[in-house]
Amino acid sequence: MGAGISEPREPHIFDARIFQELREIVGPRGLITSREELHTYECDGLTNFRVLPRAVLLPDSTEQVQKIVRVCHREKIPFVARGSGTGLSGGALPVENGVVISLTRMNKILEVDIPNARVTVEPGVINLDVTARVAPQEYFYAPDPSSQSVCSIGGNVAENSGGAHCLKYGFTTTHVLGLEVVLADGSLVHLGGKTLDAPGYDLMGVFVGSEGTLGIATKIILRIVKRPECVQTLLAAFPSTNEAGAAVSDMIAAGMLPAAIEMMDNLAIQAAEAAVHANYPDCGALLLVELDGPVAEVATLMAHVDEICKKNGAWEIRVAQSDAERALVWKGRKAAFAAMGRISPNYIVQDGVIPRTELPNVMREIGLLSKEAGLRVANVFHAGDGNLHPLVLYDRRISGQEEVAETLSGKILELCIGAGGSITGEHGVGEDKKKMMSKMYSEPDLETMQRVRCAFDPLQLSNPSKIFPRPRLCGEKPGEYVAHPLETAGIAERF
Amino acid sequence: MDASVSPKTSLNSTFEADVREIVTAKYVRAAQASDAVAGVQPSLVVEPGSEQELAKVLKLANAAGLAVIARGGGTKVGWGNPPARADFILSTGRMNRVIEHAWADLTVSVEAGCTIAKLQETVAKHGQRLALDSLRPERATVGGVLSTNDSGALRLRFGSLRDLVIGVTVALADGTVASSGGKVVKNVAGYDLPKLVTGAFGTLGVITRAIFRLHPLPKETRTISCTTVDAAEAQRLVLAIQNSKLAHSALQICCGAETQPRIEVLFEGTEAGLRAQSAQLKLIASEATQGDGAGEMWNRGQKLFSTTEGGADNFAVAKFATLPAEIAETMEMAGKFSASTLRWSVVAQATGIGWVRMDGAVSEIAAALRGLREWLEGRGGSLVIARRPAGMAEVDAWGNAGDALGLMRAVKRQFDQQGTLNPGRFVGGI
Repeated sequence: MGAGISEPREPHIFDARIFQELREIVGPRGLITSREELHTYECDGLTNFRVLPRAVLLPDSTEQVQKIVRVCHREKIPFVARGSGTGLSGGALPVENGVVISLTRMNKILEVDIPNARVTVEPGVINLDVTARVAPQEYFYAPDPSSQSVCSIGGNVAENSGGAHCLKYGFTTTHVLGLEVVLADGSLVHLGGKTLDAPGYDLMGVFVGSEGTLGIATKIILRIVKRPECVQTLLAAFPSTNEAGAAVSDMIAAGMLPAAIEMMDNLAIQAAEAAVHANYPDCGALLLVELDGPVAEVATLMAHVDEICKKNGAWEIRVAQSDAERALVWKGRKAAFAAMGRISPNYIVQDGVIPRTELPNVMREIGLLSKEAGLRVANVFHAGDGNLHPLVLYDRRISGQEEVAETLSGKILELCIGAGGSITGEHGVGEDKKKMMSKMYSEPDLETMQRVRCAFDPLQLSNPSKIFPRPRLCGEKPGEYVAHPLETAGIAERF
Repeated sequence: MDASVSPKTSLNSTFEADVREIVTAKYVRAAQASDAVAGVQPSLVVEPGSEQELAKVLKLANAAGLAVIARGGGTKVGWGNPPARADFILSTGRMNRVIEHAWADLTVSVEAGCTIAKLQETVAKHGQRLALDSLRPERATVGGVLSTNDSGALRLRFGSLRDLVIGVTVALADGTVASSGGKVVKNVAGYDLPKLVTGAFGTLGVITRAIFRLHPLPKETRTISCTTVDAAEAQRLVLAIQNSKLAHSALQICCGAETQPRIEVLFEGTEAGLRAQSAQLKLIASEATQGDGAGEMWNRGQKLFSTTEGGADNFAVAKFATLPAEIAETMEMAGKFSASTLRWSVVAQATGIGWVRMDGAVSEIAAALRGLREWLEGRGGSLVIARRPAGMAEVDAWGNAGDALGLMRAVKRQFDQQGTLNPGRFVGGI
């Protein structure tokens, strides 16, 4: 490994020889080059960015991934790893003149180790399939992005995916213990492992959430969690998001850490209701609070949550009485994004984070921006951790409205930054938000992050041009480097 | 500390004058024998009063080709390998403010030199805590605990610092001050540098500030313990408890050459919840007896570091990581490698992380730890030496860093090209 001097990449000329070499690695059925088929891979869940790759490769083993990446490295061909393609920030957007490496064929659960609560999987395994596999032993895999029935673990690792229950259980990074990674030069490294605190830097910690820019994970060791003794979900109807927000504050102040606290505003409720008939009350804001743990503990705390909601003006409170009722309550929430199609021809899903206490201010500002732009904004939040998902509704057929919607969506992110928050809580930066990175971080902050990039991938072949607004050439000397006299004299090697 | 310390420094008077200019003369002093770092004597101790001052001093040192050892409370300064060079100590002692406790957001922003105890006192005023029970909280600082990735029994439920830190500011060797993460719990914008510097032993940069997520203080706590006939029985109980629906906060086994294996379980929650859970635990471990709240038993790790009566120095303490289902076997191996000549004791958490202490002749301790490390590494575990007796400096503190060592060196080169920060102390000579 070494941080060699990289040269600006020139558009690569693919010739028949390279296609032939790639075909030999993955077999004729593992290589896609026809335009019609390539269109399937031109975008991910964020469909307003589209780039046609030169080829798509479908390896079925770590060795094949290594061989492909070695060819890419030798020929300086940029590559983009892709899981199920459900990402919402354009993280899996292909690069012009590059290839897409789709990991969907690497979908085996390799090991289930119940005594140690570990499961080892290939990256193409679907999130929910991990839970399905360990459900008989009453375990589950905790990170639960709304797309969990289709998204892959490899994609979750790239994005550090969250979900409604990460308030209590943490994000993907909390549940990944080890990784096998193919680096951009085709070499294989193992980060972390089945035991904790492996000696050395926590490179696994920095790899999770790096959006495919540091290499390709080919094997992932996950932690699984025992199902709690009981789960209860409470639904409370409030006049507006202000009262619902105040109730959340009171729960936190009372020292509670629910498994999930979700909030939906009236527009989001209407949409969810139209789509899945979750039987939600028609109100200004809906709060969904889930508690889990030992029966006696949950009973005590649920009584307290009920009291707090009433005190803050909840006019209807229901506790889901059965698993079926609970599932229905969640179905409405998890379907909320897609449900927008019921009330608007087009919409933008935004993802920002604010300190939870800023909620009333930010909601008011969003209301003003919405009025100013003349567009409706529906709001779905992970209210416990301040993660907002404003949905900007518009009609593409009306000339100019898409641009207005995009501007509004961007302004909402600026509100989040202004409130001391983040431009993304779980969807990632990808292609979509890289310009916003300079608004959230200073130049030295971004430059420092890119030092990591240069250590992992000095030629910047692995998912280039994502996350950072301005890629740094790895040959540039970081900071104000002054050579040590011993180094100049060739006596000492420094690392 | 070893008396035969030798100054290894290329510090000159111009540098010293420049540093005085930055932090004022009051906060530059000659280092004493007690400032030695694992037997290596630095020349100066510099105490900057702010992040900017600290970064300026670092930049100056980097330009002069000096080696810098960052230090917080100094409680773990002897861990790791002896530094290849040590010109001066950069103390974060004056940078000790709790910057902001946003209690309603369950976060706290704090300077690196703040002690864990002071941080806990501050956040406890609003019924909250940093859910971490690391060693020596009254002296250990935020920066030191982050850099060494120290954790305690609460890790089982709340994770380690890597799971609690949500933002850091770091001063790099070249004087760059960079932040990553932020003050919101959920944030995936950019690389997760807080995790990179956690456990990096100060070799990538000096942590100047950190932001943590907090948890509510428990309403009630209760410890239940049980002595078992042998390690295998303790292991069986630990796995049965882990596989149950109990919501315990901590679970540990302790065992030693002269003590019977014992398991201890910590419950936190409401009185009703604790009562019900204690009753359920009795169904798994019928012999278990109820103790105090969160008592002394949760300090066992720290006690392993105490010198014996008479102040004998001939002992080592190492941190090991094994699989949760292999704790008993690890204990048996600790006993086996200690043979009959060494006294040994182990405290292990159900996470698979534990401390082992060995007392006796230095050469025998070294051999036993090497043997135990080899055995652990053979099954995917590790053993890292924390406290060592004089005369054991040649045993590598870290062991095998695996096939990612080359990548780690590349990261080090990017962050600290000159090897200014803690040179030679980390894995693979980093």
